[in-house]
Amino acid sequence: MQNHAGPNLSPALTEHDTNKPRGFRLFLKKLSLQRSLVFMSVPFVIWVIIFRYVPIWGWTMAFQDYKPYLTLWEQTWVGLYHFKFLFTDPVFYRIMRNTLAMSIINMVFGFVSAITLALLLNELRNLVFKRVVQTISYLPYFLSWVVAASIVSNALHIDGGIVNEFLMWLKIIDKPVNWLGVGEYFWWVLGVIDVWKNVGWNTIIYLAAITMIDPSLYEAAEMDGAGRLRKMWHITLPGMRTVIVILLIMNIGYLLESGFEAQYLLMNPLNLTHAENIDIFVLRYGINQGNYSLATAAGIFKTVVSFILLFAANNISKRLGEARLF
Amino acid sequence: MEANRIAIRSRRTKLSDRAFDTFNILFMICLMIVTLYPFLNTLAISFNDAEDSIRGGIYLLPREFTLDNYKYVFRQASIADAIVISILRTVIGTIATVFCSAMVAYTISRQEFVLRKFVTIIFVLTMYFNGGLIPTFLLMRDLGLLNNFWVYILPGLIGVFNLIVIRSFIDGLPEGLIESARIDGAGEFTTFIRIVLPLTIPVLATVSLWTAVWQWNSWFDVFLYNPQSPHLSTLQYELMKILQNSNSAMTSRTPASAFDGPDGGSNFVTPYAVRATMTIVASVPIILVYPFLQKYFVKGMTLGSVKG
Repeated sequence: MQNHAGPNLSPALTEHDTNKPRGFRLFLKKLSLQRSLVFMSVPFVIWVIIFRYVPIWGWTMAFQDYKPYLTLWEQTWVGLYHFKFLFTDPVFYRIMRNTLAMSIINMVFGFVSAITLALLLNELRNLVFKRVVQTISYLPYFLSWVVAASIVSNALHIDGGIVNEFLMWLKIIDKPVNWLGVGEYFWWVLGVIDVWKNVGWNTIIYLAAITMIDPSLYEAAEMDGAGRLRKMWHITLPGMRTVIVILLIMNIGYLLESGFEAQYLLMNPLNLTHAENIDIFVLRYGINQGNYSLATAAGIFKTVVSFILLFAANNISKRLGEARLF
Repeated sequence: MEANRIAIRSRRTKLSDRAFDTFNILFMICLMIVTLYPFLNTLAISFNDAEDSIRGGIYLLPREFTLDNYKYVFRQASIADAIVISILRTVIGTIATVFCSAMVAYTISRQEFVLRKFVTIIFVLTMYFNGGLIPTFLLMRDLGLLNNFWVYILPGLIGVFNLIVIRSFIDGLPEGLIESARIDGAGEFTTFIRIVLPLTIPVLATVSLWTAVWQWNSWFDVFLYNPQSPHLSTLQYELMKILQNSNSAMTSRTPASAFDGPDGGSNFVTPYAVRATMTIVASVPIILVYPFLQKYFVKGMTLGSVKG
């Protein structure tokens, strides 16, 4: 067979040209040439399929009356029964209330504290001092929630915990408060603990945005006689706007993800009514009571709502002419 | 006249500036105290006589210094085992994650690789969904990973975020280096091990640190998959159990449930003192390492926010 390589070669001829394989055969040939790359990546593709994609199949459980000892074909399908059960269950309403309250409080506290701290850190003139403050304030972020919860419940203890002693010394309260023993306080206490653990770390992204601000803006403002506070308000804060909007969109997407570890570790019989959120609900029904179907339905609800919120927030931001995530 | 007024105004601004600076520095000092104090207080309690701690009033320094709490904690067989498992999962988990992530990142950085797009997409898609707690739990059960050490390593083997960060670093390497290895007849795997791995050390350091901290701090996988295997317990999980006991009792300072001391009653420890001691033991590796490696942590964060 001859090789008729040329510009006016007809397609029919090309397909029979064995010296220049095309399409699927070319693919296979390349694959065998690159077999070492294939051996280096395909095992991990199998890994990702097993550990990340196969669990998606488990979503079917939410539409079944799942019994662990039966195969898929023997399960009873119950349609939306578990979802209907969830939305009529008063316990689930309490769980939703707690989830939303805690994530909104954490979000507001988190944004305000991190933006304020970033603005103030930016105003520090002594760079060594600034570095020390940053190093110390990042530290709690790297401690596990178990360690943080242990330290915090020690500080909040009714019997000689430092928070009570300090507030009593300031005469703000006249007898010790059981901060973790009153349901109504739990959301707010959690919000403060979350700030304690994460505020330093959360400033990093804002500080990075501040370094991108054009220094000539500050010079111009100085010429106009603007003081420190006015410069912070009119230049630094607007300079962080894009980052703030992007983080806000992402946080709205995570509105139903109010966290799990902190609540679970600080939960006790006294604050249970305000501490339980969707994740704890899933754990309690699914793992502890073996009601896999109901727990999966709650998990699906969370994921779907998060997706919708994320897209909605992204869209609204786009309409308003602000930054967007995708 | 006019110049005078400007001078007065600028002096007033300077004064307000100075007031602001003073306020700012005071605020930062308060912030550092609030961050550090609860930790230092726990440290003091861990070194204080357990019986004496019940009286309260311990702040920054122990009142009756003792090492008994630490002696007690380290003599517990369960805690000694937990330390070994915590170290093992941190070391094995970090090495496995970094090596595997770097290898996959290398393959998807090779422009000529026919499966490049496919491999990239199948990994990146997993950023947008997950199966959730129950399906994942059942998968681990079906894979025989319950009550198994490898449940600490396998499920988190490759993170998409790590993959993207390492890949973009490899993309930034001079192409000539890899090409010259190829001309010398090196295979892909040899090129990866001899050329690419050593050159990516800066980004691998960041990824290792993140993975190590994550592994060391994990307790939920122990709680979920291995609660019936005491020999697979970790330090964080042991501390979590102590914390849960004191939460449900809400009586963490009463001496009633005091344990007998290691020397048969000559001294004794309380759950309260044990909790403080365990808190220190579980956080000390991070606190010792963190100040020196802080810049790598921060670098990873900014890398991620630029590329991710």
